[in-house]
Amino acid sequence: MEKRVVFRSSWLPYALIAPQMAITLVFFFWPASQALWQSMLLQDAFAAKTQFVWFDNFKDLFADPRYLASFRVTAVFSTLVTVLGLTLSLLLAAFADRVVRFGAVYKTLLIWPYAVATAVAAILFVFLLNPTIGVVSLLLHAMGVDWNYLINPTHAMILVVIAAVWKQISYNFLFFLAGLQAIPKSLLEAAAIDGAGPARRFWTIVFPLLSPTTFFLVVVNIVYAFFDTFGIIDASTSGGPVQATTTLVFKVYQDGTQAMDLGSSAAQSVILMAIVVTLTVVQFRFIERKVQY
Amino acid sequence: MAKLAFRDVRKSYGAHEVIHGITTDVDDGEFVVIVGPSGCGKSTLLRMVAGLEEISAGEIVIGDRVVNRLEPKDRDIAMVFQNYALYPHMSVFENMAYGLKIRGFAKDDIKARVDRAAGILELAPLLERRPRQLSGGQRQRVAMGRAIVREPAAFLFDEPLSNLDAKLRVQMRFEIQKMHRQTGTTSLYVTHDQVEAMTLAHRMIVMNAGRAEQIGAPMEVYANPATQFVAGFIGSPAMNFLPGKGAGAGRVALDAGGIVMHASGTVDTGKSVVVGIRPEHLAPCSAADAAITGSVELVEQLGADTLAHVSHGGAMVVARLPGGSMPDVGTTLTLAPDPARVYLFDAATGARIAT
Repeated sequence: MEKRVVFRSSWLPYALIAPQMAITLVFFFWPASQALWQSMLLQDAFAAKTQFVWFDNFKDLFADPRYLASFRVTAVFSTLVTVLGLTLSLLLAAFADRVVRFGAVYKTLLIWPYAVATAVAAILFVFLLNPTIGVVSLLLHAMGVDWNYLINPTHAMILVVIAAVWKQISYNFLFFLAGLQAIPKSLLEAAAIDGAGPARRFWTIVFPLLSPTTFFLVVVNIVYAFFDTFGIIDASTSGGPVQATTTLVFKVYQDGTQAMDLGSSAAQSVILMAIVVTLTVVQFRFIERKVQY
Repeated sequence: MAKLAFRDVRKSYGAHEVIHGITTDVDDGEFVVIVGPSGCGKSTLLRMVAGLEEISAGEIVIGDRVVNRLEPKDRDIAMVFQNYALYPHMSVFENMAYGLKIRGFAKDDIKARVDRAAGILELAPLLERRPRQLSGGQRQRVAMGRAIVREPAAFLFDEPLSNLDAKLRVQMRFEIQKMHRQTGTTSLYVTHDQVEAMTLAHRMIVMNAGRAEQIGAPMEVYANPATQFVAGFIGSPAMNFLPGKGAGAGRVALDAGGIVMHASGTVDTGKSVVVGIRPEHLAPCSAADAAITGSVELVEQLGADTLAHVSHGGAMVVARLPGGSMPDVGTTLTLAPDPARVYLFDAATGARIAT
């Protein structure tokens, strides 16, 4: 049953939502509209001359091979982060769900990375994997792997993916664990009696029943890989080498604050905004319909 | 189809034993009900047969195999759960076909078996539905369908009717009887409801605190309860228990006053006993013959008969009187039992005292 509150005064409901509206207006609509406006301006690096150029910034972007490359980098990065992050955390959740003794200890340890700041997480992996002082690098070099993320684009991508996945596993783990624990034990017992082994039970019973959780996490992880990994990239590879880890968000920052090309940077922000809006729409459409069962 | 056997089956969690050695045989095609109050170990016993709980000691035999070390899927049993345990993301058809598909049955065979089960359980129009679109009774029938399509050696029922309302429960009891008549499969049925036990069982195992207090046909258990616990658990309304002492010559003097004549058992004079009288074996009598004299505190009219609650000493005694009789609340009622149907129990051990 829907609960309905009827206000007698006409201004009170507006007053109550005013703080939230103010925050949204000041911190979202205002900057967003500024970005929209800015994306159609061309400005020199010293902001001495400004020119209105309509959609030229966008046209330039899609003609720029480096921008298109950063699209590809983002696609590879977010796919890897989402797939690896979800797979590992589902695996960990499935194991943690079966642990009988010290379960709380495992769960606590698995949730800890979430409390680590993004930049700190990145530095942690830089220390482990730095080609000259990293502990893991020493091992890799001893095994004959010429590990150097500072000059090897693939290595750089591996580093940022590892850091980003490690940071996000806790979040995914929590949701998967909750999802697993919501599945009645008797369903699995019934499947066991029906003849399904553990692997079969997982794929035919557990996994389909987890699909609403999985879908939610896929969207959250894509958004995370797109936007929240800025700190990791900035603190570890700074987008390099040769732009190998320059994602769309990182390029917005680079072009805006370092190249001082505000028009292009704003245009890129607008494109990102469009991507987020699309993702949100997709998520809500599917969440509304849910996975039917 | 197969026989089942329990040989001194025990279950313990660490040092704490919860089932203290159950031994019995279940014949091919027999319907055995395990009945007892919650926490008596009846569900644990059933889950040990299913392979969902380890057997700590003793042996369970299905057919001619000891199944202690077998996985649930290799025991050739099917189970119906209290909460139905239907797969929510599969249709009714898929739910019933799941076990067959895993066992590698041919598609035509699966369809034939599911259709046959759907026919028996009147599920044919519902095969494409999802469990959430079904009522409680329908879900229960699907759960039974899932059990019968495999034609297992034995059916295990774990309180299958306790999530249903009273009317549906009666109907499903009938359906289960019908299904058993048609398939003739050996069945083990766990319930805490003695009415289900009485109506469904060929034989019942009355459990209390991890022990089988009595194993026997329902009417035999009703007529000859082995212990005070069984006597109190089977029969509704429950048997009246009145403490007393042997007074010699087939008489027991009740602590709350009155003398009860009994036809069976010998009680040493002065020995403490508990007299058990079923409400249906009490009848009004003259004040001179009365074993129980007390004022009527409550009258429950059930139509076919009337339950009179009479205060006797500190305790309440229930008498089942014919439907027409309607004693007024507050009046004094004098009652006497049929001496042949007076049960005597040892006050210390609860064991039946019989000749």
